[in-house]
Amino acid sequence: MGPLIVNEIISQNTNLLLAFFIGIGFGFVLEQAGFSSSRKLAGMFYGYDATVLKVFFTGAITAALGLLFFSLFGWIEMDYVFVNPTYLGSTIVGGIVMGLGFILGGFCPGTSFCGAAIGKIDALVFVGGLFIGIFIFAEGFPLWQNLYLSGFMGDITISKALNISPGLFVFLLILVAVGMFWVAEWAEKKFPREEY
Amino acid sequence: METNFQQVRKTRYMNPYVAGVLLGLVVLAANFIAGRGVGASGAVKSTIVAAVETIAPQHAANATFYKDYGESHGGNPLNSWLVYQMLGVLVGAFLSGIIAHRMKWKVEHSPKITSKRRLIFALMGGILFGFGSQLGRGCTSGSALSGMAVLSLQGFISMAAIFGTAFTFAYFFRKNWI
Repeated sequence: MGPLIVNEIISQNTNLLLAFFIGIGFGFVLEQAGFSSSRKLAGMFYGYDATVLKVFFTGAITAALGLLFFSLFGWIEMDYVFVNPTYLGSTIVGGIVMGLGFILGGFCPGTSFCGAAIGKIDALVFVGGLFIGIFIFAEGFPLWQNLYLSGFMGDITISKALNISPGLFVFLLILVAVGMFWVAEWAEKKFPREEY
Repeated sequence: METNFQQVRKTRYMNPYVAGVLLGLVVLAANFIAGRGVGASGAVKSTIVAAVETIAPQHAANATFYKDYGESHGGNPLNSWLVYQMLGVLVGAFLSGIIAHRMKWKVEHSPKITSKRRLIFALMGGILFGFGSQLGRGCTSGSALSGMAVLSLQGFISMAAIFGTAFTFAYFFRKNWI
């Protein structure tokens, strides 16, 4: 059955319309969780607010588990689902640059749009920075093209890389996440938190 | 008193675990419908490509980045899944802000720093995050969250690199936040 667009159950235009509604759900949930606040997001890195960890990992587990069950029930053909290809070098270096951007700017791209939507001026400025940063990347692309293409491993999954079944991996991921949630709850009690 | 209490309840953020489950369902729906996860930085890229194609068509036809984009995507860059999704994000966050009474022009920062300093750092952070998202083929949404949902190795590496780096450097920028 799914993905609906690949199996031509819905048209291209319907897909774009549904993208808009998925976006509404995405933005609504991020804002409701408090991701429109940079001090709440940054709180993750000082232990006073671990909302990011809780929302992010609960989200990843829910989606991964959902896809496993959908696949098991034959509701979705995973062969047609996009699996982000792994380029080891650029993923690591890109991730480090993004991590720096996170601690300096207090947002990631999705959350900065949410903050801007409710009037956070720091979020709006961060969005402006995104445009500049991506424009710099585009203009200087030949300079980092080699890095961009380095360490290509194909669209490999982590369960395949570890040589275990997807189900077992997600089970282990849930155990790790529950452990992290426990630490997060402890940290939030230990470190003072203000209203922001 | 009653109304005050209700006001506080309304403006409080959602339980993070409940929000996480809902977020996961959004990503699941995206995969079920479109065979892909959610994203954010890709929409900014599409906007930039569209702008360059309009303002400097010659440059867009010659420079590698824009040429590659045109060849792999085709058509109007703004007519893309992620652009419609990001328009939705703006609407969704706006609606949530109205319901929760959080609509307010504000520069949010630690009392220890000035608004100006906060904005300078926000700009620098945005530039770095934008650049990194292109190098890493997606940001926290498209690469880390959506990548992890489909168990992509890249998603997990990306998540570890982003959060690991932020934790590592948190100490040096603590004045900005605590």
